[in-house]
Amino acid sequence: MNVFQFIVQNHAEVLELTLEHLWMVAASTLLAVLIGIPLGILITRKPGWDKPVLGGANIIQTVPSLALFGFLLPVPWIGARAGRLAVLALTLYALLPLIRNTYTGIRGVDRAVVEAGRAMGMTDRQLLFQVELPLALGVIIAGVRIATVLSVGLATIAAAIGAGGLGEFIFRGLAMVSDQLILAGAVPAAALALVADLGLGWVEKRLSPQ
Amino acid sequence: MSTSNENGPVIEFRKVAYRFAGGQELLNGLNLQVRRGETLVLLGRSGSGKTTTLKLINDLVAPSEGEVLVEGRATTQWDPIRLRRGIGYVIQDAGLFPHFTVERNVALVPTIEEWPSDRIRKRVSELLQLVGLDAGLANRYPRELSGGQRQRVGVARGLAADPPILLMDEPFGALDPITRAELQREFLALQQRLQKTVVFVTHDLREALLLGTRIALMEAGRLVVALSSDEFTKSSDPLVQKYLDAFGAGCNGKRP
Repeated sequence: MNVFQFIVQNHAEVLELTLEHLWMVAASTLLAVLIGIPLGILITRKPGWDKPVLGGANIIQTVPSLALFGFLLPVPWIGARAGRLAVLALTLYALLPLIRNTYTGIRGVDRAVVEAGRAMGMTDRQLLFQVELPLALGVIIAGVRIATVLSVGLATIAAAIGAGGLGEFIFRGLAMVSDQLILAGAVPAAALALVADLGLGWVEKRLSPQ
Repeated sequence: MSTSNENGPVIEFRKVAYRFAGGQELLNGLNLQVRRGETLVLLGRSGSGKTTTLKLINDLVAPSEGEVLVEGRATTQWDPIRLRRGIGYVIQDAGLFPHFTVERNVALVPTIEEWPSDRIRKRVSELLQLVGLDAGLANRYPRELSGGQRQRVGVARGLAADPPILLMDEPFGALDPITRAELQREFLALQQRLQKTVVFVTHDLREALLLGTRIALMEAGRLVVALSSDEFTKSSDPLVQKYLDAFGAGCNGKRP
């Protein structure tokens, strides 16, 4: 029996785990967007905040994912449910690409254009929403794309703490030394990552100026 | 913008110095007045402080010492947003918003000033005509225009809310010689009609002599002389002589 036959035969479970997987990725990416983009904007406005914030997000990314899941386990409320814990860990990982891309996207907007806007009497708010964010949008969406693809892969590890998702198949396969089971988790996960990458790549292209 | 002192200078620099936070000095001891309706050209080479002088007028930078008065009031006393909306600003390569159409670029100040939309539309078509642009270009993006057309849009944008003061930082610097000459001619004709108070930055003596009512020559952060175009070509100041020599024929007393 090959992987595809297995997937067809167990389609109910594959679907359930895929949905679990998607839910973790979607919730964490959304949270990371809600935190990361405002934070990225903020550090372009407050001189001296950029290095500590980017450095902090960088450090989080260097923590091995299994260890991060472990560290969060004793945290009250968060640690009580595996799903919550997984979403929080994935959110933390997704922060760096979002903060960094928002920051570099805004910083990368042609200074002459921004200064022209300022010289015409635009307020900081008008500059941000009418000039800087629209011109940085492509780079920011690229950050969302990187964060999403990263999360799809990392979410497989969430199964190690019982949060479900396609990692279930992979860990079960590892325990039972079954390539077929491992692939039953890995192939749909890879497909999800590809779809997310292509979809957001298309959005990125549509929203990039020029 | 208030015009309480009709006869006083529109812009006045009083003992102005400007230094970077690190202490590097860009301007020192600058005293200069700009009269209503004149075109004052700031002439000087790169790093002489002419762009900084321009940016002091609309409070893009604040003086480290002394004060800059606009319409009799120090720039630091103005609400910077109000001050800037009353001063047109035109820069090299136009600095147009690449994601805005020509129409939206020109309409920038009227839009943030919240003019009614039919008034904005009327003003934009008026301005496009004024700077010699076809109305059909209104929906194009800056990247779809030639350099000369972009610069015309830049001028139209600077004039949009009919500001009494216009600041121009090497606006024709990046154009080919033929387009530049064309735009210079049109600027003169336009200025004759509109009578704005213009401060114009350039490093080109020919342009300075052609466009300026007066020329303020700057060097290493200091004002060397401020003379009318005719006086300038007759001046015996050694630095003025150097400029006249460097530009040679066409600058010896007659407008080219």
